[in-house]
Amino acid sequence: MEQKAPELAAVEKYGGRRSCLIQILHETQREYHYLPEKALRNISKAMGIPMTDLYGVATFFKAFSLEPKGKHTITCCMGTACHVRNSQGVLDELRRCLGIEPGQTTDDMMFSLETVNCVGACALGPVVIIDGEYLGEVTPARAKKIVQRLMEGEGKD
Amino acid sequence: MVRIETPAALEELRKNLADERRRYERVLILCGGTGCRAQGCNAVYEETRKVFEELGIQDRVALRYTGCHGFCEMGPIMIVKPQDIFYTRVKVGEVRDLITKTLLDGEIVREKLYVDPRSGDACLTMSEVPFYKKQVRLLLGMNESVDPKNIDDYIAIGGYSALSKALFRMEPEQIIEEVRRAGLRGRGGAGFPTAEKWAATRRARSRDGIKYVLCNADEGDPGAYMDRSLLEGNPQLVLEGMIIGAYAIGACEGYVYVRHEYPLAVENLYTAIEQAREMGFLGKDIMGSGFDFDVHVSIGGGAFVCGESTALMASIEGRLGEPRVKHIHTAERGLYDRPTNLNNVETWANVPVIINMGAEEYAKLGTERSKGTKIFSLVGKIRNTGLVEVPMGISLREIIFDIGGGMPNGKRFKAVQTGGPSGGCIPEQLLDTPVDFDSLYDVGSMMGSGGMIVMDEGTCMVDIARFFVDFLCGESCGKCVPCREGLKQMLYILDDITGGQGSPEQLEILQELAEVMRDTSLCGLGQTAANPVLSTLRYFGEEYREHILERKCRAGVCKALVSYSIDQDKCTGCMRCKKACPVGAISGEKKKPHHVIGEKCEKCGICLEVCEFQAVVRK
Repeated sequence: MEQKAPELAAVEKYGGRRSCLIQILHETQREYHYLPEKALRNISKAMGIPMTDLYGVATFFKAFSLEPKGKHTITCCMGTACHVRNSQGVLDELRRCLGIEPGQTTDDMMFSLETVNCVGACALGPVVIIDGEYLGEVTPARAKKIVQRLMEGEGKD
Repeated sequence: MVRIETPAALEELRKNLADERRRYERVLILCGGTGCRAQGCNAVYEETRKVFEELGIQDRVALRYTGCHGFCEMGPIMIVKPQDIFYTRVKVGEVRDLITKTLLDGEIVREKLYVDPRSGDACLTMSEVPFYKKQVRLLLGMNESVDPKNIDDYIAIGGYSALSKALFRMEPEQIIEEVRRAGLRGRGGAGFPTAEKWAATRRARSRDGIKYVLCNADEGDPGAYMDRSLLEGNPQLVLEGMIIGAYAIGACEGYVYVRHEYPLAVENLYTAIEQAREMGFLGKDIMGSGFDFDVHVSIGGGAFVCGESTALMASIEGRLGEPRVKHIHTAERGLYDRPTNLNNVETWANVPVIINMGAEEYAKLGTERSKGTKIFSLVGKIRNTGLVEVPMGISLREIIFDIGGGMPNGKRFKAVQTGGPSGGCIPEQLLDTPVDFDSLYDVGSMMGSGGMIVMDEGTCMVDIARFFVDFLCGESCGKCVPCREGLKQMLYILDDITGGQGSPEQLEILQELAEVMRDTSLCGLGQTAANPVLSTLRYFGEEYREHILERKCRAGVCKALVSYSIDQDKCTGCMRCKKACPVGAISGEKKKPHHVIGEKCEKCGICLEVCEFQAVVRK
């Protein structure tokens, strides 16, 4: 039997309720690492929501991306507590090491750089999250090492 | 799980559960809050379980993995009851030793106790730690006794007894009256009297009888995480509050709107709802009272504006999270156009406490117009980072210096920022301001949801204003012009000032923009968006003028206004900075003093960070 597309499985899981739209989009994105147009069209049809509305919601909320994301996601927390402990310096160093801006992905699709407005781990600031793993008290010099180690792990220097 | 169908059945269950827990000689409690998790407490928990099994003590010693204990700075935290031994910064490799010594040999491992930096004394128990001394942990204190994934723990400490009292011994109007007399005000920011909101929603007519109660767990203020810790650590408490509120208002359905950045809170909430349904605290005929109510979870998508009531409701409906003008209040027409009552997580969590304690007792805590306790997240340049729950009316100074332990590294205090992006920065001369809704408003800030970000002399106040404006620029939903365009213009100006291109007239324009935004923005976020700028202009105007007139940033934060050099006398020529510099802006040979090449330097500060001889100078 053909397996159901993840977005349709998500629609089914939440009973197609519009109040669960954001959850459905989250689950879809978890599978594809972004929201492909085809998946959005499937959701639109299954839930009877016009594509324009769906596009509006998918672009309004920061959590969603219409662009494919890299294998690793490096997220730099930019909350106030991290900011007063120099998260800007950390972000600048991550940008320089990866050669991309926040929201972008490296050409080889290995790394995506993201920022977040606070993850609530303020005691550890500045916080960098690598694929869901929290690293605390990151400095620019440490950020450089973190990226280098990740790149070495992927066989790049 | 048994279904609870009468108040007597609940009381009997509570007694049994409490007895069951008393059978253990001791309890080992591990904090599993997000702060501790980020510091590796999951591995500590796994190791503890393993050691328990190996030693075969699981029948004698209870192991509880709980929500946040507040002292995040010192995590992972381990508490051993009944003595209340308080171990800090527990590492996986130390678990076996700690358990054998403390639980088997009856020894205390003194090296793992908290040492008060002022007196140098080790603190044996939690209550001896200065961080906890001035706190009144009405809500957070329950976290230690409750495994958030186990409703039995909550019932054992009297959970759902407030609901039982409300459903069977009080009329809805009486509950509202009780909350009114307790003086409960909304903990989400503005401090609106909760009972008035409830009464308005109760009075409102619904075309089909449907009314909603919502819980705002879209804790968007950066630097604030108390709602997260309540929801993660004790979700049943929040649910119980909602059910009582729903009964008082006459609502049949509820939603908790949680931000997606809080996966653990979402997970624990789902489990809690499931368990509450199974036991008959949610669903049809709750506890046999005939009252029906159920709760759903709705997850955010990373939009700050969704913490605003109307935007939140639009988002639950699966629409764009844009606010609307509130000519008609949400108490009359909110979610799906039905009367809706929205309260914040901490507000809901206070409700069962009020019903249990009674309004008179509760109202003894706090000040004339701000009652009870408030949880703050004390973060930034502070020694004891963490969550603190204090009675209203305590002074900022007590929170920052007595509880927070002051600044680390001997730095000087500069300001404390409260109220998130809608709040303001409070300077040193106002540190004796009592912390309550009205006093904070009077000094140009606000209570907000409870973020308290401490700043020292290394923080630039113009940069902080720019930070908040930049944040809000990205988060403005764009629906109304004053907020969308005003913030952008403010950001241009602040970019000029921090970039060394500012002019004195720009300060007047900033002031003017701020006033227009306050008077004409559509929602509360826009109306208060200029507060960080206004409060820094008011208290730290001198720093703005220094940036503009002297092209100087006294904190050394604004890159355009600082330069790096190397002190030739201190430099040993160790090459560390040269190797670390990402742009090759440092020259010099081994064992000879190095130099910074000014035109190449990007002022990232890495050289300053790696130098072990304090030879790098930032001016």
